[in-house]
Amino acid sequence: MDLFIAKNVTKTFAQHKALDKVDINVPEGSIFGLLGPNGAGKTTFIRIVNRILAPDEGELFFMGNPLTPSDIFNIGYLPEERGLYKKMKVGEQALYLTQLKGLSRHDALEKLHYWFEKFEIKAWWNRKVEELSKGMQQKVQFIITIIHEPKMLIFDEPFSGFDPINVNLLKEEILELRKKGSTIIFSTHNMASVEELCDNIALINNARKILDGKVWEIKKTYKTNTFEVRFTKFDGDTRSFLSPSFEVLEQTIENEHFKAKIRIPADANPNDLIRQMLPHVMIQSVNEIIPSMNDIFIRTVTSQHPDPSTSTSEKI
Amino acid sequence: MTILGPLLMAAIVIVPVYIATMSNELKTLSVIDETGFFFGKFKDSESIRFHYLVSDIGSAKASFTKSGDYALLYIPKTELTLPTSAVLYSKSQVNINVKSYIKNVMGKRVEELKLEAKIKDLKLSEDAKLTTDDILRSIKASVDISTIKIGDEGKEEKSYPEVSMILGMFSGILIYFFIFLFGSQVMRGVIEEKTNRIIEVIISSVKPFQLMMGKITGIGLVGLTQFLLWVILTGTIVTIGISSFSSKIKPGAATEQLMQSQAKGMTAMQLPNAADSTKVTGEQSNEVINAIESIDFPIMIGMFLFFFLFGYLLYAALFAAVGSAVDSEADTQQFMLPLTVPLILSIVMAQYVIQEPQGPVAFWFSIIPLTSPVIMMIRIPFGVPYPQIILSMTLLVGGFLGATWLAAKIYRTGILMYGKKVSYRELWKWLKYKN
Repeated sequence: MDLFIAKNVTKTFAQHKALDKVDINVPEGSIFGLLGPNGAGKTTFIRIVNRILAPDEGELFFMGNPLTPSDIFNIGYLPEERGLYKKMKVGEQALYLTQLKGLSRHDALEKLHYWFEKFEIKAWWNRKVEELSKGMQQKVQFIITIIHEPKMLIFDEPFSGFDPINVNLLKEEILELRKKGSTIIFSTHNMASVEELCDNIALINNARKILDGKVWEIKKTYKTNTFEVRFTKFDGDTRSFLSPSFEVLEQTIENEHFKAKIRIPADANPNDLIRQMLPHVMIQSVNEIIPSMNDIFIRTVTSQHPDPSTSTSEKI
Repeated sequence: MTILGPLLMAAIVIVPVYIATMSNELKTLSVIDETGFFFGKFKDSESIRFHYLVSDIGSAKASFTKSGDYALLYIPKTELTLPTSAVLYSKSQVNINVKSYIKNVMGKRVEELKLEAKIKDLKLSEDAKLTTDDILRSIKASVDISTIKIGDEGKEEKSYPEVSMILGMFSGILIYFFIFLFGSQVMRGVIEEKTNRIIEVIISSVKPFQLMMGKITGIGLVGLTQFLLWVILTGTIVTIGISSFSSKIKPGAATEQLMQSQAKGMTAMQLPNAADSTKVTGEQSNEVINAIESIDFPIMIGMFLFFFLFGYLLYAALFAAVGSAVDSEADTQQFMLPLTVPLILSIVMAQYVIQEPQGPVAFWFSIIPLTSPVIMMIRIPFGVPYPQIILSMTLLVGGFLGATWLAAKIYRTGILMYGKKVSYRELWKWLKYKN
């Protein structure tokens, strides 16, 4: 079942089209990656989901019903551009922002104490925000985003500004949240974290959705049947004994260790490759080269010819 | 911007001048001079014409209320002494310039008369010991003019144009000051939220309109609290100060003055004068108390709160819109100009309004929402007809609603816009965005 559905969403700012008939389905309990280059329309989409902006056209459904204003209590949002009131005390501010999400003062305090302890920032409760390091401010912000235990969480570049230790802490928390039943929309440029965390993705470029689906399925579609073979005990060219339909893309040698990248025909399988090579060389390893999300991202975005009518990139 | 700036600046200069020329309508002032000393002494000017009547004051007053005359000057007959007082009747409070002109003319005339008498005296006594200084001092005359407002039903009420002037100016400037102070505080608050980037966290929980109104209301309440504290504290300090001050000094002051004049060795002839002056100082302090009592404090404070509150709300909404459209306080200049010009214009116009509280300048500026908070407040102590007050209040509330609607549209787009130099054309586009 899909927790959140956007149908045919279009948003125009003056002459600039920020979103053009975008359909996005976010399955319940998944981590959903919203990808795209700068200015593609991700932030506009996220703002529409948060009801900060209203779409010009299209429909939005949350838990099966059209999105209503009260649904924001079931959504947590960590914007990319984030900050806190610098002169306010940390605890006071966290309490205020938590109450804005509809929690009673009592519940808010109880939950804040739990999370402040968990993130080891309890000692900063009565300090002013401006005294905190950037990473610590981010922690406070993260707590405020998830504290009302929303059904859906939206993180816009959550890892920017964190050190590796805290990035790990955050990743664990995100996975933990999913385990507890939250659905997470995750917008980022960091493709490594997409591979690590996301189940599904949608790629937006020039206001249009150009790719979506399960991460492993997308990878499967984008793989090219290329294998990397490492071997020793050989002198010469692998092309001399492989059948012509097996294309050798690259061959290198290093201290008698050979490495070759070979693309096999669509109807062949790795066993055919090994069979052909066994009589001539001593195989050490055979690995299929699976494209990284990074490659897929770059390939799809650059192969798309930008539509001249929407090429003005106005940052909104 | 390059065009708008000069236009607005020129408006500051041209509008007051234009309106000032407009306000010079001719006023007729009737004079009843029972003493006969002042006939033909008051000279007509561009704006005022003196008209001498020969009738008794009772019937003159009756016909005055029905006539379109501006004011009625009554110089009562005096036995033995020269006239030193006159009464100025009017329907609304008299122009302070007119009052001081009459006072001046009368004073000069009385001095002339005194001098004539003195010269006769000297000729008779052939006393050559008096120096010119002595003579000049002995003829000094002060004329007291009391102003009385005649209501529609012929009800008479003593009025104090000087007190109204001070009170009006003071409250007008106070409103100006408050609007600027708290209005720019709203603007800075919006800019802070924007540069802090907390804005997006908050508007995912509340609507931009709620956030904007919350900020305006919050700072408005701070302003109101501060104002009420000022009123209460000032009131307390003044009351304590006056009560301790008056109990110690007042009774002694008059006698002391009398003793001093005696010590100087005044001639017997001058003594009655000295006694007179003591009486005058006593009367003057009474006058001050009367004047203060003549102020309708509940109305004054009520009106002040209304015009302060709605003036503030109107401007605060616009200031919030300006704050949302810029990235830092340094960029606010170009949008601030249209807001500061009406405010500064009100203060520039204040001097005309004080002199002609019922004139067309005063009327128009106290009706137009952007200038009405300051100008109406200046006018109120002089007495403003209720229909005008109600019209002004209605328009101000309407102006506030309009400004808020406008500001909300700019605000909701502006707060999410970063790193872009915004022009007026851009603001216009924002007004047309749907959401």
